[in-house]
This record gives sequence, structure tokens and C-alpha cells, in this order.
Amino acid sequence: MGFEGIGASVRRKEDQRFLNGKGNYTDDINRPGQTFASIKRSDRPHAKILSIDTTAAKAAPGVLAVFTGADLDAEEIGGLPCGWQIHNKDGSPMAEPKHPVLAVGKVRHVGDPIAVVIAETRQQAKDAAELLVIELEDLPAVAGVRDAIAPNAAAVHDDAPGNICYDWHIGDKAMVDAAFATAHKIVRLDLLNNRLIPNAMEPRAAVGEFDVNSGDYTLYTTSQNPHVIRLLMGAFVLHIPENKLRVVAPDVGGGFGSKIYHYAEEAIVTWASAKVRRPIKWTAERTESFMSDAHGRDHDSTAEMAVDAEGHFLAMRVHTLCNMGAYLSTFAPCVPTYLYATLLAGVYKTPAIYCEVKAVFTNTVPVDAYRGAGRPEATFLVERLVDAVAKDTGIDKIELRRKNFIPSDAFPYQTPVALQYDSGDYTATLNEALKVADYTGFETRRKAAASRGKLRGIGISTYLEACGIAPSAVVGSLGARAGLYEVANIRVHPTGSVTVFTGTHSHGQGHETTLAQLVCEQLGVPMSQVEVVHGDTAKIPFGMGTYGSRSLAVGGTAMVKAMDKIIAKGKKIAAHLMEAAVEDIEFKDNVFSVAGTDKTKTLTDISLAAYVPHNYPIEELEPGLDETAFYDPKNFTFPGGCHIAEVEIDPETGVTTVINFTAVDDVGRVINPMIVEGQIQGGVAQGIGQALLEAAIYDSSGQLLSGSMMDYTMPRADNLPNISVGTEITLCTHNPLGVKGCGEVGAIGSPPAIINALVDALKEYGVRHINMPATPQKLWSIIQAGRPAMAAE
Amino acid sequence: MPQVTLTVNGKPHTATVEGRTLLVELLRETLGMTGTHVGCDTSQCGACVVHVDGKSVKSCTMLALQAEGTSVLTIEGLAAADGTLHPMQEMFREHHALQCGFCTPGMVMSAIDLVNTHPQGITEQEIREGLEGNLCRCTGYHNIVKAIAAAWPLMHGKAAAE
Repeated sequence: MGFEGIGASVRRKEDQRFLNGKGNYTDDINRPGQTFASIKRSDRPHAKILSIDTTAAKAAPGVLAVFTGADLDAEEIGGLPCGWQIHNKDGSPMAEPKHPVLAVGKVRHVGDPIAVVIAETRQQAKDAAELLVIELEDLPAVAGVRDAIAPNAAAVHDDAPGNICYDWHIGDKAMVDAAFATAHKIVRLDLLNNRLIPNAMEPRAAVGEFDVNSGDYTLYTTSQNPHVIRLLMGAFVLHIPENKLRVVAPDVGGGFGSKIYHYAEEAIVTWASAKVRRPIKWTAERTESFMSDAHGRDHDSTAEMAVDAEGHFLAMRVHTLCNMGAYLSTFAPCVPTYLYATLLAGVYKTPAIYCEVKAVFTNTVPVDAYRGAGRPEATFLVERLVDAVAKDTGIDKIELRRKNFIPSDAFPYQTPVALQYDSGDYTATLNEALKVADYTGFETRRKAAASRGKLRGIGISTYLEACGIAPSAVVGSLGARAGLYEVANIRVHPTGSVTVFTGTHSHGQGHETTLAQLVCEQLGVPMSQVEVVHGDTAKIPFGMGTYGSRSLAVGGTAMVKAMDKIIAKGKKIAAHLMEAAVEDIEFKDNVFSVAGTDKTKTLTDISLAAYVPHNYPIEELEPGLDETAFYDPKNFTFPGGCHIAEVEIDPETGVTTVINFTAVDDVGRVINPMIVEGQIQGGVAQGIGQALLEAAIYDSSGQLLSGSMMDYTMPRADNLPNISVGTEITLCTHNPLGVKGCGEVGAIGSPPAIINALVDALKEYGVRHINMPATPQKLWSIIQAGRPAMAAE
Repeated sequence: MPQVTLTVNGKPHTATVEGRTLLVELLRETLGMTGTHVGCDTSQCGACVVHVDGKSVKSCTMLALQAEGTSVLTIEGLAAADGTLHPMQEMFREHHALQCGFCTPGMVMSAIDLVNTHPQGITEQEIREGLEGNLCRCTGYHNIVKAIAAAWPLMHGKAAAE
């Protein structure tokens, strides 16, 4: 075997099955006697349900049952729980209206589920759902945050006055106000962060199964965190104890946050499988995904920076309205608060920051975390504002950033918005990115482009994020209703091969490879003898799943801790077998040795002795070599870096071409460079998608206009550039691997780099800001409007 | 209900289907070949691409009955009987051109047709434009483009350019 440990670009173990069409995704699972569910959803944004007539549907061919919200209510099936509670400025808890599994009394967004039809075939279920007669009485609806908080706006919920979910703040307002009162200059920017639809390529699906004899339920579901679903659905919705509920998240075709949450359909198929006493499969059609998967972002903000005469940042003030949608999705409340406002310091030593966030209910699909979650919103705001400061003060944008960077010798660094950064070197990532992007050669390239009639611009984003979610005590104090540790079980088998059971979940990240590399590194076992098992509550002790770039920083550390226990126990067994003192036993590259001698035992010798304990310290040690560790991180991790975008606009059409994209990121220690590069490229692609192409559009009445892949612009191969990825490493100081996380950095750092580049390209046109997505139409209009002004100059 | 007879990955099949059944539904639900995926309902995503008589087709845009008498190749039939991967599969693995794997079957089938139909050589721009009908949400396409460029010489029997 070649080198397979930390730092090797090992080709992925999981690819064999995916490349041969042998992946096992939820919709590929077919259980004996399986039936199919079709969900009837609201086509109205806001309406009273006057009546539901199920007679014709129930009589349709193949139909086993039809259920509505009344059926669930009759059994006191709970509403879908929210996992995070935010408190208002006055200390009172946020408004938390009930989120019914199937609508009761009212529908509150297009896509709100009203009824479910269970039938022998998928087509029969779908046909019968068309026969449901549902009488709705339209109510006035609100879609945008500003409409929702206007006086006399339609109320989405009776128990959320003014449509306010919470009115929250962070930071020292008095200190910020004082700094603003005496500042040399105040720079202000109003910005929107566009609403996005995650669109993992695999639509959500769920198969529920009830075993009549044992009373056990099994749910196969497209989830990033099966244990969390078991906990939420079992304890709060269906009242099934953990021992009677198994949740399996098999191969999952992308998540990006949208598959973290507990969704109604999971509860419906599980509950109904016991009613019809047959397994039930539901698979979303893409149109359903658009109107039922949690959306992302949707902020409306005002940002202000107070600066002194030299361009030092003195204080920052931010007011944000964020759209929660019609109901609170599982982790929605924490996204615009603790994952957003705490990141507003960015990489800068701004001494005082105050941020106020109002979360607002609207008649739209619930909004929750989407790749980056809160941190892209903060980064877009900060990095756009910094460019605006550069423009208003006349200080060069690079110089301004350098001047305000937290210096590399200032760590650990306490920000004014709660976080304490452990490590980083923002100058190093900036310098490397400037070099890779050939920043100094840009003006020549701009001129060359101009000679071809094109507008070329360069944009920079120096960003930071907090991931490795998260220290349980910290998130608990911030309103999380769960701990966010991770669990690993390492089982060394009798002949020395290893199975890893991890509570994290892979839905594209390549954990079966990266996590196996950790075993290879620490225990010296070849990759071919390491298996990684994830995604099944029946196999894995516990786990919190994968989101917030946590799998390696938290889950990987749990593995290291479990392997430490394996080695510690192995040393005791080795000491016994080699008749030496435990303190004299060393372990390296799969071999236990007695220091200063040539006596050795391999891990296989030790594991065999552990399972066949004929000659074994049986008085002191239990047989077996199987250890579990729970790891609760001490702090978040703080990846950061510099993204540089070079763009060209065709003034005749407004079409943007991203010529080059450079990402130099500090993600801490890199286990598999090939996978890390792929994660960053994918993240950047989603960031470019947000900046140039993607937008969930509602009309003012709450109809979703971008409700299919024909209307919502997904990035395609010919929309994207090659993405040059580099890394500059500082190690995380508080986990043994020194890892920080790489899953989200691409989507966090890139959008402001693109918009900064466009504003730079259009600097002759008097443009101060461009809201995302910067569509050709938007840019063309700016260019058209700017032309007379230019002619006049 | 009408019957359809076709060959899938070299094996003959006859099935009774509803007239409205799509080719992808026949493959996945009737024949149990779940390697071909469904990622959308508007023929945008390309996760369902298979070859019908040697040409790439979105199997969600074709009725099963229209496949009467055809020879269909799916992702499951691509590797050799001894398990040796097709060069396109091998290059996807080598260049990390897949992450979650869901778009991969359609992406690989499209990519093979793209290379087959460019015997004189293929540029990066042609690859990017040729992938118009296939969506991937994970990779940003960067490595997919690399993999296809690397598979071209292998499929056309040319020495791989360094």
C-alpha cells in the first residue's frame, strides 16, 4: 500500500458503488408489501380550510387510506418541534407558533401539506390525491419581511403579534453609539441577502415501516442526522421510545443543510405505516422540493461602519430583518442570531459592534440553515461594507483590510460579539491569494479587456467563519435544546481489521475515506481493512450528524479519543504478553514494542489476544477491543481565508463571465487534499450561484414564482469557471487533529468576492452596491442608466 | 395494459406497463434497476440519462413504450463483466468528479456520449457546454470537466496527454 494516512489524496472508497449505480439512496429502498404516499399541498399562500372531502379519493383504485390534520390531532400527534429558542431583548422567549404535521384550520404557505393519500402504487396515490375536494377561503398574505412588519399586515399566526418571531440583539449599543457620535466618517450600506432554494440533487424521500409483531418502527430517510430525527420525531411528535424506533439515513444525495431538519413527511409515513400495517414510501417530486424543503438566507440589512481619519474601523452597527417563513424549521432561530451576528467582527479588530435582528413570519416556506448558515450573510455584509469604506475614504481596499486585520500574534482573540478566535493568519492567506490571482497584473488585464469592449473587475473577500459546531454548554446557554458533541465507536476485530461507527453522516463529503485515513494514521491499519459505518441508529451508539463543518473537528476528534483508548488498552495487553511494564510499551505504525528492546507485538496479535484471552490479564482487563468516545469540543473552530474573483461583463448583454476564481483557505490540518479541494470548489460554485444566478422569488401575494428547475437558475457547467484552490494552514489549537473544517468556506467567502468584482468592473458607472443575484438584466440596466452620466462627465 | 419488450444492458426484458409509464420508471420500478436516478420533474437535471441504441437520452422524457425494440444501456451495464470500470468511470474516480453520487450515473452516461460524438478532440468549453443538460450541486463541475478531458484519449485509444 502507498501512504494512506493524514495528508494523502487517497481515492474515495465510496466511489466504487456510486460509479456502478449501486448506491443505496432512500428511493432505491423497496420494502416487502410497500405502499406509496402522495401529499396534497396547498396551492394558496394563506387560507382557511373550510372543508376536506375525502370520499372520492378513498374510493379510488388502490387507495388504502387518506389522512388529514384532523386524524393526527385526534391522536394528539404533536407539532414539529423547533430545536432552538431565542430570547427577545426584554428576556421573554420568542414566539413559537405550532407547526402542524398536516395543516389544521389554515394553510400558511404554498406547499403546506394538507392531506396524505396512501395507495398500492405511486401513480394511484397521485391520481387519488387529485380527487380530494378541499374548500379554501383565501386570506390576505405577506411574503416579504418589510410587508410583514407593516402596520395592519396580515397575521401569519394569531400568537405572533406583528408577525415578529423575535426581536433580538447582541453587542454594546452604548459603546457603538458613542463611537459613531465622534467618528471621522460613517459609511452606510443597505443590502439584501437573496433567498435560496438548496436543491440537493436527490429529492427528499422517506420510507416508514411498522413491525406488527415487535411494535418496532423503522424510518429510512434522506437525513444528515438520523439520531436527531429519532430524538425529535420519537420524543416530540409520535411519542415512540428510542428502543422502538430505528432511523436509517442510507446514501444521501447531497444535503447542504436542507436535510438536517425534521420534516412532516418523515412523521407521516412512520405514523401511517402502523395504521395501514404496510411500509409506506414517499418521494418528493422536484416541484414539491421547491415548496417544502427549507429555504436559505433572505435577509434585509442596514450596515454602518464608523471609521477614523486613517481608516481604522471604530464601530459597526447592523440592523437586520430576516424571513423565517411560515413556521419555525428545526434550527431556524439560531441562524440569523448566533451563526450570523457573532460573525460580524469578521477578520477585523473592530472594537465595538452592535447588531439588532428582527425575525419575521411570512406566508412562505420555512427558512433554515443552508450551506454556511448565517456566516455567508455576515461575510457578505462585512466584506461589502469594507469595500464601501474603501470607496468612501479613498483608501485602497487591500491596504484598508491589512490595516484592520486582527494580527497573527493577537490570538486567542476575543471579539466584541461573543466569539473567541483561537488561531489564524489573515495576512498569509491574503498574500498567497494575491500571488495566485496575479493581482499586480490585473490593471493590464483590465485594459486588455477594455480594448475588447469588456468591463473587467477584481473583487476580494477576506473572511472568517465559525464551525465545528459546537460546545454543548455554549450552545445550551444560547438557546440550543440539544448538546452538540459527537460520538465514535472503534471496533478492532479479532484479526486486526477495524470498523468505525460514527455519529456523523456523509452525504457527499467522503467520510468513508477521510475517517478511514484517521484510523490508518493513528492505528497503522491499511485502508482496505477499515470500514466506516454511519447513518443508522441501530448500529451507531449516538450522534448529532453532519452540518456546520463539524464531522472532522468534532466527529474526527471523538475517533481520536476512542483510538487513544484502544491504544491504552492495547498497551496493557502488550505489557502482559511481553512481560514488561505498561509504561515501557510504545505504539507506532500498528506495532507495540518494549522500549529499548526488540520485543514487538502487532495490533493483530493484541486484538487476537483480546478476543481469545487464553493468555490475558483477565483479572485487570475485560476481553475485547472495542472503545467508544463522546467528544464535546471546547470551542468553535475558525477557518478563514481570502477569495479573489476576476470577472468580465459584456456591456451589450450584461452577462458576467467569471474569468478566474482563487480561493486560499485556512481550514486547519488537511487530511485528504483531494477531498478538501473538492469541498471548496463545490462551496464556491454555490457561492457563485448565489451571487449571479439563484433567487427564490415570491410575488407579493405569496405565490412562489421560481418553483421549478426551469424557473430557478441552478449553476451549470458553462456558468462556472475553473476554481483554483490553495491552502495556508494554521492549526486549530483545541482539537488534537488541528482541523478546522472545509465544507462551508467556499459558500461563505465567495459571494462578496464576486459582487465586489462586479462593483469594481462598474466603478465608472457610479455603482455603490449590487444586490444578488447580479443577473444580466440587472447589470445591463445599471450600464444603460450609467451611460448618460458618463457622457456628461 | 400494453407490453414492452426491450434489451437492457444486454438482457432481454418484457414488461406490462401503463401507457403513461416513463422509461425511467420502467427501469427503476419495474426492473428494479435503481442506478438511474430521478432528480427533477422538468427534464432539467439529467440524473436519469441512459443510452438508447447508443445515444444519450433523458429517460424521464421517453415513455417506456417508446423504447420498444431498443437496446438500453444504464450505469449498471457500463463496467466490464470482470468489474473493470469503463474509462469514464475510472477517470471520474481518479479526478474526484463525484461527491454525493446522485447525479453521477446520468453525468457519466452523458459524458460518454459527449466524448463519443467528438472523435476529433474536445475542448474545455465544448465539455462545459456539452454538460448543459446535467446538473451537479456538489462539485462545481471543475473535476467533472477534468475527468471527461482525461477520459477522451482513453476512449479514443490515444496516449493520454500529460
